[in-house]
Amino acid sequence: MTAKLTNAQIAWRAAQDIPDGAYVNLGIGFPEMVAKFKPKGREVIYHTENGILDFGEPPLAGEEDWDLINAGKKAVTLNPGAAFFHHADSFAMVRGGHLDVAILGAYEVAETGDLANWSTGPGSVPAVGGAMDLVHGAKRVCVITDHVTKDGRPKLLKQCRLPLTGVGCVTTVYTSLAVVDVVNQRFVLREKLPGMSLEELQALTEATLVADGAVGDLLVPQV
Amino acid sequence: MNKVYADIDTALADVEDGMSVMIGGFGGAGAPIELIHTLVERYKKTGSPAKLTVINNNAGNGGVGIAAMIYAGMVAKMVCSFPRSSDPKAFTEKYLAGEIGLELVPQGTLAERIRAGGAGIPAFYTPTSFGTTIAEGKPVAEFDGRHYVQERWLKADVALIKAELADRKGNLTYRKAGRNFGPLMAMAATVTIAQASRVVELGEIDPELVITPGIFVNRVVEVPDPQQEETLLRDEVKQGAVRGAVQ
Repeated sequence: MTAKLTNAQIAWRAAQDIPDGAYVNLGIGFPEMVAKFKPKGREVIYHTENGILDFGEPPLAGEEDWDLINAGKKAVTLNPGAAFFHHADSFAMVRGGHLDVAILGAYEVAETGDLANWSTGPGSVPAVGGAMDLVHGAKRVCVITDHVTKDGRPKLLKQCRLPLTGVGCVTTVYTSLAVVDVVNQRFVLREKLPGMSLEELQALTEATLVADGAVGDLLVPQV
Repeated sequence: MNKVYADIDTALADVEDGMSVMIGGFGGAGAPIELIHTLVERYKKTGSPAKLTVINNNAGNGGVGIAAMIYAGMVAKMVCSFPRSSDPKAFTEKYLAGEIGLELVPQGTLAERIRAGGAGIPAFYTPTSFGTTIAEGKPVAEFDGRHYVQERWLKADVALIKAELADRKGNLTYRKAGRNFGPLMAMAATVTIAQASRVVELGEIDPELVITPGIFVNRVVEVPDPQQEETLLRDEVKQGAVRGAVQ
């Protein structure tokens, strides 16, 4: 079994595809890590749905201002040129198609672009937050995820089994083993770990990976 | 015209049993703690206001703010997008015991429903939630080849919000990301009550910088150096406080 990328390496890979000048929303948790790996020289403006554009690094411990938080309720700082706005404006930025990239986590992604990332089914307190809004409107909706579940089952499926967050919304999936674009309701393999054969990767993927174009090597530094 | 009330108790005196109450804030930012805790104290003394429907992005954290309302037993139902937090025990226990209702609304839809309520728009279509369980039972329509879900406006009897500056005509500014739902809720409630860190003379707020025009605000109470929910929560954790106790 080939080694897989760490979460930090998946985040690094996703960060390389964010263009200069992009407006980006990073989901709560794992996706927040993407900001750390923004390539030098690119200016990216981060949107947080609770009402800030262009927030920056976390403050030093003890210097938090709890009126200055991100959607994960973590303290942030502002970059020069930042803006505050109310929630309806914030989600107008989302639904209105003004964001360039949204990066989210996933429980399951289907080859149709369907995403399940908000509920593991009945039995717990349901909580959706902004996930169902964020999957609509951004020009690119990217998922970062391990390629398989903790117990080894595929997460890239023909059809999602868990409750959906959105239908046909995912553009690209960055996994611990591959980069896959959703094109015309099919998973098109863009990159895979060089040490892994297509057959090995397919065996860990429920839906068919289309590899009729050139498949690049997924090369990520130790980060 | 003078919308300024001398004390919180008087400003909140007609909040009654069974009302729907929009409460500003996202997490701790913008949570009107003094207004909330005044209602909790009144409920503990008099048993009223009870059976409230509370509209907020979240459903309380730790034992302060909305969590204190839930622990006290004065909340019948939450309308929110994310009833989880670093310490969601207040809501979770009552929800799993069937003692509190929940209407789960995606965050952007919640904001837009409130805005629509305040703007006199009874319903609107949004791509959010199409094809999900949240859309079940709601009308769906196709516009320019995409599917959208119909959502209805959301209004309330009362809105409690936290402002930074206010004047006697009810013009408001907010502080940083504490703005969040405040300007929307102010529009959507029959009676909007704002606590402000400072009440200033007319004209001191530059008209170019007014965020909520006074027409949307009914009452203002000055609360200098307001409590911050996140700071209270951290103090609670440090002190190992008994949950549900409001200081």
